[in-house]
Amino acid sequence: MKRAGDDRRPPEPGDAAAQQTAPEAMPAVDSRLIVREEGFRGYVGEFRRKLRSGELGSLPVVIAVIIIWTVFGSLDSAFLSAQNLSDLSQQIVGTGMIAVGIVFVLLLGEIDLSVGSVSGLCAAIFAVLNVINGMNEWLALLVALAGGAAVGLIHGFFFAKVGVPAFVVTLAGNLAWNGLMLQVLGTSGTVNIPSDSIVAELYSTIFESPAAAYVTAAVGVGLFLLASLLDARRRQAARVPSRPLAEIVLRTVVIAAIAFAAAYILNQYQGLPLALLIFLVLLVVIDFVLRRTRYGRQIFAVGGNIEGARRAGISVPFVRMSVFTIAGTMAAVGGLFLAGQIQSASQTSGGGNLLMNVIAAAVIGGTSLFGGRGSVWSALLGALVIGSIQSGMNIMGVSNAVQFMITGSVLLAAVVVDSLSRRSQKAAGRA
Amino acid sequence: MTQAPVLSLRGVSKRFGAVQALSDFDLEVRAGEVVALVGDNGAGKSTAVKAIAGVNPPDGGVIEWQGRPVTIHRPHDAQSLGIATVYQDLALCDNLDVVGNLFLGRELRRFGVLDEVRMEQRSRELLDTLSIRIPSVRIPVASLSGGQRQTVAIARSLIGDPRIVILDEPTAALGVEQTAEVLDLVERLRERGLGTILISHNMVDVMAVADRIAVLRLGRNNGLFEKRSTTTEEIISAITGASDSAVTRRQARKREEREARGEGSP
Repeated sequence: MKRAGDDRRPPEPGDAAAQQTAPEAMPAVDSRLIVREEGFRGYVGEFRRKLRSGELGSLPVVIAVIIIWTVFGSLDSAFLSAQNLSDLSQQIVGTGMIAVGIVFVLLLGEIDLSVGSVSGLCAAIFAVLNVINGMNEWLALLVALAGGAAVGLIHGFFFAKVGVPAFVVTLAGNLAWNGLMLQVLGTSGTVNIPSDSIVAELYSTIFESPAAAYVTAAVGVGLFLLASLLDARRRQAARVPSRPLAEIVLRTVVIAAIAFAAAYILNQYQGLPLALLIFLVLLVVIDFVLRRTRYGRQIFAVGGNIEGARRAGISVPFVRMSVFTIAGTMAAVGGLFLAGQIQSASQTSGGGNLLMNVIAAAVIGGTSLFGGRGSVWSALLGALVIGSIQSGMNIMGVSNAVQFMITGSVLLAAVVVDSLSRRSQKAAGRA
Repeated sequence: MTQAPVLSLRGVSKRFGAVQALSDFDLEVRAGEVVALVGDNGAGKSTAVKAIAGVNPPDGGVIEWQGRPVTIHRPHDAQSLGIATVYQDLALCDNLDVVGNLFLGRELRRFGVLDEVRMEQRSRELLDTLSIRIPSVRIPVASLSGGQRQTVAIARSLIGDPRIVILDEPTAALGVEQTAEVLDLVERLRERGLGTILISHNMVDVMAVADRIAVLRLGRNNGLFEKRSTTTEEIISAITGASDSAVTRRQARKREEREARGEGSP
């Protein structure tokens, strides 16, 4: 273990002695810090330490994706074709959007069982207003989103203000909003959405120029590098530990490899789908909100210790109601993408195994069911796992019956990993 | 000690249903002194603390802050006056790191975004001045020991620059070494010129750091002792009411009767 002082400025001969003699403001911090060794070895060391103490993060899900892709790729080469992977990148958006809302709710340690019905309801609201009543499509879109938000707010109210367990409120909502959707759809049962409708276009538009995908990848990687460098420089100026340059470069290289590989595959087929771009931008924004704003910190605090959050002056009812409102809104967003995908809103919208899939996606992605731990990126990774399994099994011609059983098993496996990692976190004193 | 008290309670009372939890309670706390509040279970220590902290506002009596009467209805009122309370359950968020916990509810921001760098810097400075030893300010609080969690909770109460800090049983669940760390920290609070109210069951801890010891018994003041001029036995007898036994009451009554007959003291 090195002294933390070495982290702040380059080690010089006699530096330690100079620090001891000079009565500086903070020489004593050094000895008590767990300081990572610089360079690659330190990185591996810390990785091992985290692994032992059960901080698995997104590692299991990344391994899962690799296994799933290897297995299906070896069973049928069509799975890893550019066309299938491009389709997959579009298909996961609807599920992933709803899963983003579930991640918020899971961060509080709660659950929302209504998001499937809410997504169907909002798709129906849009379809009926726009297609049947001829309302302006943007206005209809806004009304559908506002509907999702209002539904979430109602759940949040009964949970946060009345004190009904969230699980029961949203279970009741699951049935009630499904009923309202059938009511909205009326006798027709199915409303077809024309392919030039805004909802259909949001889903199906693809930027065909190869430049689009590459520029997006380059901008994303560039912003990441810039943010990392600026942060490191500010930390150095403030004399607090910062990421070493080697690590920043390593992280950037990994991200760049993934981003440009994805761009290359998308360009092999048709190009960058708009839906995927919207999803990724939204994830970056929401990730920022969760990790870098006071509101995000409040969500984590309520998920970690309700009483602690309350004593720190955080309005727990506000956080709870707003989180359920976000879950409802994201359910609406996802529902609209799913409606755009099949170009209709029908009585089966938001039904079937959608609810299970989105909850599975959030949990598989690495967001803990126990609250306070997780990241919005788990919505993407989890949706990718679920989507890959379904896509692979469809290619292989596996029946629905078997698909359900396998998806259920994967969810169980994810929850087991979550529970086990929580147990070893406890053993390592981290839970 | 001629200095005016920062916080003084006069005749404070609180009733919960049929229980008079606190009656006619007086307490004064000056800057740079540690006042221990001791008493048996149910003696009213927690009620007194909650009255000061604004959790359960008192029914009657006066609370004065720097000489002027104030009303404390909510925890927020107490905090904005400069009264910080560290409860026994600490109320730390295990999933957040030390910096996140220290600044929870008072996050520093820069362009509307959390200023992690400055918060980390200030956390280190604060922990340094208090000589608090923790492995890293960036690990989750869950991985700290009980004593370290207690010191983090106390450090957190200092973020808002309070004048009075209330510590509710800070050493109750700690081992010997960790208790010593917390007691060192209490002395450092005194050196910083803060008034500290220390609630404790442990007479050894109380005698080690307190300047004055206020005893509560059955919701009433039952003696105020200067540490220098008292003994543990004296305080314990005030806590248990040993000085108020059947024998002492009989003696007192006989004395009163004699005085009433005009015989004077024997």
